[in-house]
Amino acid sequence: MIDLVAKSPCADLLPLDIGTVTLTEVGPERMTSLAPYRGREAALATVLKQAHGVTWPAPNRATGRDGARALWFGQRMALLVGPAPDARLAAEAALSDQSDAWAVVTLTGPGARDVLARLTPLDLRPDRFKRGHTARSDLRHMMASITRLGADRYRIMVFRGFAETLVHDLRAAMERVAAR
Amino acid sequence: MRITCPICGARDRREFYYMGAAVALDRPVPEADAAAWNAYIHERDNPAGLTRDLWYHEAGCGAWLVVTRDTISHEVHGVTLASDMRAGG
Amino acid sequence: MRFAQGGLIDREAPVEFSFDGRSYRGFAGDTLASALLANDIRLMGRSFKYHRPRGPLTAGSEEPNALVTLGEGPGQEPNARATTCEVHDGLVARSQNRWPGLGFDLLGVNDWAAPFLGAGFYYKTFMWPKSFWERLYEPLIRRAAGLGSLSGVASAETCDKAFAHCDLLVIGAGPAGLMAALAAARAGADVILADEDTRPGGALLRESGEVAGQPGAHWAVQVSEELAGMDNVRIMCRTSVTGVYDHGTYAALERAAPATVRREGAATETFWRIVARRTVLAAGALERPVAFRDNDRPGVMLAGAVRAYANRWAVRPGRAVAVFGNNDSAHRTARDLMARGVHVCALVDARHGARTDLDLPFFPGAVVSRAHGGRRLEAVDIRMPGRSLRLRADCLAISGGWNPSVHLTCHLGARPVWDADLVAFLPGAGAVPGLDVAGAASGVFSTAGCLESGWHAGMAAARALDLKPVEAAIPKAEDGHYDIVPLWAVPGKGRAWVDFQNDVTVKDVSQAAQENFRSVEHMKRYTTQGMAPDQGKNSNVVALAVLADATRDGIPETGTTTFRPPFTPVSIAAMGAGAQGMGFAPRRLTTSHRVSLRRGAPMLEVGLWYRPSHYPRVGEATWRESCDREARMVRESVGITDVSTLGKIDIQGPDAARFLDFVYTNRFTTLAEGRVRYGLMLREDGHVMDDGTTARLGPEHYLMTTTTAAAGQVLRHLEFVHQCLCPHMDLRLISVTEQWAQFAVAGPRASALLEEVLQGPLDLPFMGCRAVSMGPVGARLFRISFSGEQGYEIAVPSRYGEGLFSRLVDRAEALGGGAYGMEALNVLRIEKGFITHAEIHGRVTAFDIGMAGMISKDKDCIGKAAAARPGLLGAEREQLVGLRPVKSGAAILAGAHLFEEQAEAISRHDQGYVTSTCHSPALGDTLALGFLRNGRARHGEVVRMVEHLQGVETLCRVSDPLAFDPAGGRMRD
Repeated sequence: MIDLVAKSPCADLLPLDIGTVTLTEVGPERMTSLAPYRGREAALATVLKQAHGVTWPAPNRATGRDGARALWFGQRMALLVGPAPDARLAAEAALSDQSDAWAVVTLTGPGARDVLARLTPLDLRPDRFKRGHTARSDLRHMMASITRLGADRYRIMVFRGFAETLVHDLRAAMERVAAR
Repeated sequence: MRITCPICGARDRREFYYMGAAVALDRPVPEADAAAWNAYIHERDNPAGLTRDLWYHEAGCGAWLVVTRDTISHEVHGVTLASDMRAGG
Repeated sequence: MRFAQGGLIDREAPVEFSFDGRSYRGFAGDTLASALLANDIRLMGRSFKYHRPRGPLTAGSEEPNALVTLGEGPGQEPNARATTCEVHDGLVARSQNRWPGLGFDLLGVNDWAAPFLGAGFYYKTFMWPKSFWERLYEPLIRRAAGLGSLSGVASAETCDKAFAHCDLLVIGAGPAGLMAALAAARAGADVILADEDTRPGGALLRESGEVAGQPGAHWAVQVSEELAGMDNVRIMCRTSVTGVYDHGTYAALERAAPATVRREGAATETFWRIVARRTVLAAGALERPVAFRDNDRPGVMLAGAVRAYANRWAVRPGRAVAVFGNNDSAHRTARDLMARGVHVCALVDARHGARTDLDLPFFPGAVVSRAHGGRRLEAVDIRMPGRSLRLRADCLAISGGWNPSVHLTCHLGARPVWDADLVAFLPGAGAVPGLDVAGAASGVFSTAGCLESGWHAGMAAARALDLKPVEAAIPKAEDGHYDIVPLWAVPGKGRAWVDFQNDVTVKDVSQAAQENFRSVEHMKRYTTQGMAPDQGKNSNVVALAVLADATRDGIPETGTTTFRPPFTPVSIAAMGAGAQGMGFAPRRLTTSHRVSLRRGAPMLEVGLWYRPSHYPRVGEATWRESCDREARMVRESVGITDVSTLGKIDIQGPDAARFLDFVYTNRFTTLAEGRVRYGLMLREDGHVMDDGTTARLGPEHYLMTTTTAAAGQVLRHLEFVHQCLCPHMDLRLISVTEQWAQFAVAGPRASALLEEVLQGPLDLPFMGCRAVSMGPVGARLFRISFSGEQGYEIAVPSRYGEGLFSRLVDRAEALGGGAYGMEALNVLRIEKGFITHAEIHGRVTAFDIGMAGMISKDKDCIGKAAAARPGLLGAEREQLVGLRPVKSGAAILAGAHLFEEQAEAISRHDQGYVTSTCHSPALGDTLALGFLRNGRARHGEVVRMVEHLQGVETLCRVSDPLAFDPAGGRMRD
């Protein structure tokens, strides 16, 4: 039987420690986009809560915890991170497997915010972009999803094919910040 | 330039894709005459003052937006979801 | 010479630097200008046009004269202002625009030729012959006139770029800016305080007056320490706010401190985009000179700059200093110098009835009419009613009054307003939404006034931010009245400089007016006044006053030219920070990328994607050999290529099918589950947008494929159609392009290969699709062909892409095939007459490509109405055809145009053009696709291909675009 080797997007590129900031790859983990059909938002929220114990996220918010999380992912859309989606979800929403579509990294450590501020026009001030906040925005020239998971901990996602550029851009920013 | 997306809040213009006049919302019925189609596809005002444009929050939430702004002062008077405009009218 | 004590320099930290190859010593805290002056070096540059010897005029970023080149080698920085450059150990600085040396400059001959080099001399002198301009005049002028130059070699130095956000941006950390920041920060606002200097304090750093009972500079330290201790305040020194943009967006350039630059990975400069809800502009004011004969001699400096050198840097500006002005700044300079024990030989005040309590030779109602000397000032002429006198002086401090720094208030188009009492332009009201002006920038010139105006601006900003301001006492400080009489130019013979940096004199401005360049904008272009790196900071107001005098219009009627960004020069390197090499554009790589590289494949850029061109094998010398072999391989056995870059869009929901019917010309409601259909998508203007296949994976689940190039555009278009035209339809869209690694398996042995990999029969009709599995890995199999051979595409989750690609290629090689690249893929599709964006380039219709029949008659779709317009149909249209050379093997070149055999090859006779071309191994000849007027009716005709660039002409026979296996049996069966 054919046995295929799995490879993560940032294999051989990470982890990276520069100054006080660390960049590591996340996963692999199951990621499913949930996009409710017309008028099914409430029903979807109910199933999501029942099946996975996760609250449907308001725009620009993330809910849940490590292992089962929902990231707001765009207009009327969330990304379920962790569990395989319960079959009942498909009745309420369009589900698409996104587990392999993204390079997912975590940027951690004092100065992580300064590193990100070199790459994204988002307002990252701690009292504006709080723990549990998430945003879709630019990361230099790439579309990204950025989520603040802790005081100095950010989850960053770009399309998988950009993994090398993501690490390149973050590394350059980490070097500049470390040298300041 | 900054645009306040109704979903994401105030964001830098580089997150947005600009399409053009919001005329594009008012697609003629298929049977409409050539003049109506010509106006819809090609004819655009070039106002000094208030204008309504379509912008796409491409790097953000993915919503198409109707932005009302002033081409002289550059003031943005309002931003609404294009889908709401259509649903309402 | 340095005073024994005082100044804001660190005498414990001496530094050694070099200027024009000689070594000098200075102290930490010195600028290059202050350190050179302390070493008694005055001559720091040569002027732009006349090569006049020049020393510093100012002590700030507006400096017009003391421009130097910093560093050596690739990263050398030309036109750095000696007045802002921090000295540090190992600093290497060189003077510019001189040959062979600064002291003796042969091009100083330009100064003697000055009568011929006045305003407009370029336009008048170098008129003809026209051919001389590029070869002779321009190189000559560029050599003779100019500033520093770049090394011409790429620098390893890096710049940085960053974003910042705040409630309040305070521009300038002088008395007004510090108070504004303090008021807003104490109220809880998130404040950024930016100042171009190395430390906060602004004018307080140069003035001797006290604030709150202590030296002003000490007070500034105290306040900035309080601010620095607050979490909601960020002080950005060495940061010049250079531009104002819409909606509270500001550009700023931060220079790294010398100690920082030496660190590994450090950026020399950071270009900031700062977004602020409110802004206080407290940028201060710039002193302006007075024009009089030879006022550009080294040793002539602005009065405030002389105070700065004496008070801040403890530099003795001269042995005998004359002071000249039309306001109290001159008096302050005389007072501070005398307190330091400097001999002040004259205080010349243009104001009649001016008084002083200083014990010095005082000349009220008088002017300085001429400076004497060459490479340094030697004497000045003082002219009084009825008499004049010459005094020996090696330094002259001048003050023609103060210009509030209104520049940033003009960046959004507002004009400054003339104030006759202050003899200055003030910021226009409401010039920039959300921005208030405070301190000297608003025309408040006393220290007490600045403190108060800054405080009020900070309080107002806090209130505007819905914060509760905290009242506090405003510290006591000097509160003098600003008393000034207008004085722009002292009449007399000779040349009196207005614009030091571009060598523009009073005479040049008057001449512009005489020659009818009377508008200030015309005068600027004619004389080049204000067009140098200082952008007229020292000269604009004087120049327009001289112009107003010459035209007899008033100053307010004459107006100013427009101040545009940047406020101070910004290097392209800073604006383009991070964009070198890999940073220029993101690289989007497929999962098979590394396997292809290992197999030696050169990569082609397709949008942001990188795709293999071909896979060279031992013995293949050119890409053509590899390409021919790969194309044959697919026709004869089996080939593998990565097609993951094609866009994939999941379309789900009850209305998904109806939606597809609307965006595609053809029907998808009728597509059965497990089947795939080719779809054609138009723009609303009737032209083809994209094409691709769409599979029906489930009752309400479709998977659309787009071309690689148009993937982003198509998703945007689908979202537009859904959200803007039919939001009532219930469906959802999301890109799944990167979720799946997808490989084409094509060739007569494709089924055999896949049956082996999937360990079972494929059981899939042409244009069918189904789920398959490889062990635990769920995959999708499609039977589609872009090669004309029996073809499949197999998709797996991307993590398995590399593994599957390697496996497929290994199996293919075992069967006599292998991997094929973009070149072979292109050959195969040209042989089949399949289109790509080379054909659907934005100006062709469904009719043009022979697909008018695909526009369904019984339903509406995007582009249907426009596609039916008369001009988009008919024999006049250029239609897709195949082309083959009449003489076998002759070249057909893409981009070449087509003409009738005997017609002259001019645009009027143009019949069409070639879009794609290749050598077809299957047909053993050149093969091309193109568009030809009425082409479908002209199969069999001969046309002439003409390519003017390379001078190639080929007779071609017109044919059906489908050249290979017209019946299609190879891919269906």
